[in-house]
Amino acid sequence: MYQYILKRLLLMIPTLLGAGLLVFLLLRLVPGDVCILRMTGGAGYVDPKAIDLCRSELGLDRSYAVQFLTFIWDFVRFDFGKSMWTGRPIVEEVGLRFELSLQIAIMATLTAILLAIPLGTISAVKQNTWIDYVVRGFSIAGIAMPSFWLGVLIILGLLITTKSVFGSPWMPPIKYVPIWVDPLYNLSMTIFPALATGYRYSAVATRMTRSALLEVLREDYVRTARAKGLIQKLIIRRHALGNALLPVVTIIGIEFAFLMGGLVVTEQVFNLNGLGKLFVASVTHHDYTMTQVLVMLVATIFVVTNFVVDIIYAWLDPRIRYK
Amino acid sequence: MTIATDLDTRGELTDERKEPSRLSAIGRFARRNPLGAAGGVVIIVMVLVAVFADFIAPYNPVANAFDRMHEPPGLENWLGTDQYGRDVFSRIVYGARTALLVGFASSFVGATFGLVLGVASAYFSGKIDLILQRIIDIFMAFPLIIMALAVIAIFGTGAQNVIIAITIPFIPRCARVVRSSALAIRELPYIDAARANGFSHTRIILRHMVPNVMAPFLIMITAFVGQAILLEASLSYLGLGVQEPTPAWGLMLQGGAEEYAESAPWIAIFPGIAISLAVFGFSLFGDALRDEFDPRLRSL
Repeated sequence: MYQYILKRLLLMIPTLLGAGLLVFLLLRLVPGDVCILRMTGGAGYVDPKAIDLCRSELGLDRSYAVQFLTFIWDFVRFDFGKSMWTGRPIVEEVGLRFELSLQIAIMATLTAILLAIPLGTISAVKQNTWIDYVVRGFSIAGIAMPSFWLGVLIILGLLITTKSVFGSPWMPPIKYVPIWVDPLYNLSMTIFPALATGYRYSAVATRMTRSALLEVLREDYVRTARAKGLIQKLIIRRHALGNALLPVVTIIGIEFAFLMGGLVVTEQVFNLNGLGKLFVASVTHHDYTMTQVLVMLVATIFVVTNFVVDIIYAWLDPRIRYK
Repeated sequence: MTIATDLDTRGELTDERKEPSRLSAIGRFARRNPLGAAGGVVIIVMVLVAVFADFIAPYNPVANAFDRMHEPPGLENWLGTDQYGRDVFSRIVYGARTALLVGFASSFVGATFGLVLGVASAYFSGKIDLILQRIIDIFMAFPLIIMALAVIAIFGTGAQNVIIAITIPFIPRCARVVRSSALAIRELPYIDAARANGFSHTRIILRHMVPNVMAPFLIMITAFVGQAILLEASLSYLGLGVQEPTPAWGLMLQGGAEEYAESAPWIAIFPGIAISLAVFGFSLFGDALRDEFDPRLRSL
């Protein structure tokens, strides 16, 4: 087991380094000079000294190798530099939003798990009946519907309903308050994006649960259990579900990694001050230092989460360890 | 080839053997996968609407009409007008063009590059395979939208850059799927036989391996088109995709979302329905294709 963990850990490092190289190259690939673009916005005149100052601040006047090494070294020490747009240290900016993104990610994951596993199980057990079709339609709708459109619909629904019931329209609040300070306020803000995202998330997980369970139910040991006279419910609970949940765990883990920075559009819709919104803002404002750090952050979370999922997978299924 | 022995002397058909025609193959597919057939119909309708947009749309999609802003759906404007007085229905019809253009272009280009990469990686195996796999892993570490946004950050906005931005993250995903299919084929004896015959690598890859991975490849393309349409809509919604006044479904959502949500909800509802329908159609069709071609792939 330890050998497996070690191997996976070692594999993580070149992937992260490669991702860092990719991100590093991205910044340097911008047609035209970053500093000129930033300061003149394409037209106008800027004092060459200001451009030189900008370049030396960003470290662009040194050789590429030195720049890359500095980038990696800074990243490892959590020294991300300053945002080109707000001028504040990037660590501060990211730290502010990290909590909110994490909370929504966790809530969406919980929603997905609570929805997907029961629905997927029912759909697999009652395959090809109308229940199966309804659940499959439900999950395909979840994948097809753009999550931001679902968010727009939710807000629309909220506005129209509250207007007709309470007389004045109500929208979820914008200012973030941690959940242990004011739970109701916090929940009123986070439940809707969590639901909108969780629905899509659960759709993927439902399909996975369904197909995994279908496969397991065809296995010989299930047939033996049925021949022994074990009732269906017990078969599923004791034998089938555990084995079927393996790929589902993988999917849930991978999707969770995506939720951390990938909720770009949902956060825009619900006006949440999260990592996704920060990312869009940094792209719109040509804030290359911030974009660089955020992309790297998302990639790191992705790689680390995959690593954790791999470990859990190996722990649950001993056959994997000895491959 | 139709070997149909004609009417005999009594005027009855005798000994008629026909090879199952393409049409009946489609019929059988439709009967076995009703959902997939429905998806296929949606796709065909969408393509027709996009091609014949000029004839279907009653109004000019980019013509502002400030005397008719925020009109609810009615006889004049079937789906209402948006905040500039443009007819929503016409914009949706022309929006199908943008969506399909971006979807197909990025999907095909991305999948083709992915196909070449995946098959080459599987065929050459060894060190080349290992290195290519690492590179693909690195690209896969970035979620679709993050990668697309990063590309937009470099190259700027606009339809062309959106296509590039969507193509790039697709390539490694396609390569990975194709590679797993190609790996199975590589072990078959006739590949060795071809090599022993002295066929060049290119010839073996193109003529022997590629045709055999066509099934998962086509399935991926259909899945990709759906995802590409979704991604393009997301990018446009953020204002970082195609720009005004090009009619695009995501762009229509951006304009209509918050400000006019109460007063003119139709601006936001109908483009969303269009996007959902399109992605729905492609997903269902792709699923059915997968079930037909290879039940073993029936995972997601």
